[in-house]
Amino acid sequence: MNSESLIEAAELSRFFGAHCAVEKVNLQLDKGEVLGLLGPNGAGKSTTMQMLTGNLAPGSGEIKVNGIDLLDEPRKAKSHIGYLPEQPPVYRDMTVNEYLRYCARLHGLGRREAIIAADEAKERCNLQEVHRRLIGNLSKGFQQRVGIAQAILHKPAVIILDEPTVGLDPIQIREIRALIRELGEEHGIILSTHILPEVQAVCDRVQILNRGRTVFNDKLGAVDSLENIFFELIYQDDPAVVELADNEQEVLA
Amino acid sequence: MSAIMVIARTEFRRMFSSPLAWSLLAMMQFILAWIFLLGLSEYLERVQPQVAMMENAPGITDLVVSSLYLWAGLLMLAMMPLLTMRLLAEERMNRTLVLLTTAPVSVAQIVLGKYLGLLLLIVVMVAMLTLMPLSLMLGTSLDWGKLAAAVLGLFLLLASFAAAGLFLSSLTRQPIIAAISTFGLLIFLMVLYISGNSQGSASELFIYLSHFGHFLSFLDGVFDTADLVYYLLFIAGFLLLAIRKLDNDRLEG
Repeated sequence: MNSESLIEAAELSRFFGAHCAVEKVNLQLDKGEVLGLLGPNGAGKSTTMQMLTGNLAPGSGEIKVNGIDLLDEPRKAKSHIGYLPEQPPVYRDMTVNEYLRYCARLHGLGRREAIIAADEAKERCNLQEVHRRLIGNLSKGFQQRVGIAQAILHKPAVIILDEPTVGLDPIQIREIRALIRELGEEHGIILSTHILPEVQAVCDRVQILNRGRTVFNDKLGAVDSLENIFFELIYQDDPAVVELADNEQEVLA
Repeated sequence: MSAIMVIARTEFRRMFSSPLAWSLLAMMQFILAWIFLLGLSEYLERVQPQVAMMENAPGITDLVVSSLYLWAGLLMLAMMPLLTMRLLAEERMNRTLVLLTTAPVSVAQIVLGKYLGLLLLIVVMVAMLTLMPLSLMLGTSLDWGKLAAAVLGLFLLLASFAAAGLFLSSLTRQPIIAAISTFGLLIFLMVLYISGNSQGSASELFIYLSHFGHFLSFLDGVFDTADLVYYLLFIAGFLLLAIRKLDNDRLEG
């Protein structure tokens, strides 16, 4: 076990009824690392992230965040986690300032610290110009950035982002990727996506899930073509979609 | 403790940053003021001349104030579901509940914070209502004991509405369903009272189970510990159920 290890998840499994969403997934995240969680829709990415953030109890397995067991001491462990779910959890009837201060207070910061933390997060996510506006009136891109600001404002050791660039325009995507890279220097980040170039742009390591299982886990530097590996792994055990593979590859390329 | 207050305060403020709380308070105040004036003028023109000579005659507190608080209770029967439906069901629908469940706060703190926020609004409402009988101080003297019992009774009644509504709001992701089921439950409890009093099928048990029976004895100026305990058990029961339900979400997904 590595002493710098921020997340240590062992043998995570989760069933929904008879359907197995995640099966014996091991996941590890080191400090200063950006881990890309990759996989087709329904591969178990979001379920895994919900388990890592304590929003879903795993059927079996254990999770340690910064050395603290998430299942035994959820509140202590959760204070080291910042999470942006697929849909940013923002209150549309609050202003950006109110919302970020509320989030900071929820994480146990005092009144003054909360204001400072909110200001810093606004600056990092370029939200200064909209800080007095109602979140409901902001564009999708800004709402997404408010969601990211919410995830980083208490300076958690681990930041977990579920498809952070969905619905953004190309400029915003570039900005958010730059932000993730920057955050990755001091925090550990787990990022889920199904956009392959995004993984190549920001991640150090990639873990590919398919049908709830880890099928690939390696440093990006060791990978020649992520795309080839991805399609090979996803389609190898599913002959029904092999013929589709070529078409989709063209579309994605 | 502080997390409960942070959630409660934000919940309270959010109700006032939308037209919700304002329109509710304005409407309640308008209708109840009308009822109050009607009762008052009837008392002055018809009742007072008749009872002026009697000893131990029913005073203005018995006739005007009690019926005012009864009306307030009946009106809130229809209004409370609209206030409670948003507490958890709306958060589910907008996927903002994740913010609270990811933050280092326990489920009990979330539920209690939301409940306390609504109680604050109830306190404001009851306080504004109580200004009306207090205005009679200008011309007459009030029966303080009876007024206090009526205020406490109304507060407990509304607090029990709120607890039931909060629980039903935790069951669904559709605010409207939460509102309808809360309204149904509250009406059902009233029907229990009516059927408990009906000839032929009178039942002490039904009267005891209905929260209105306990409210009426408060309005008569009777402060019975059994009534107080009834409300406290009612509230604690539904809050516990809500906590259990949210906890269960994590397990069942």
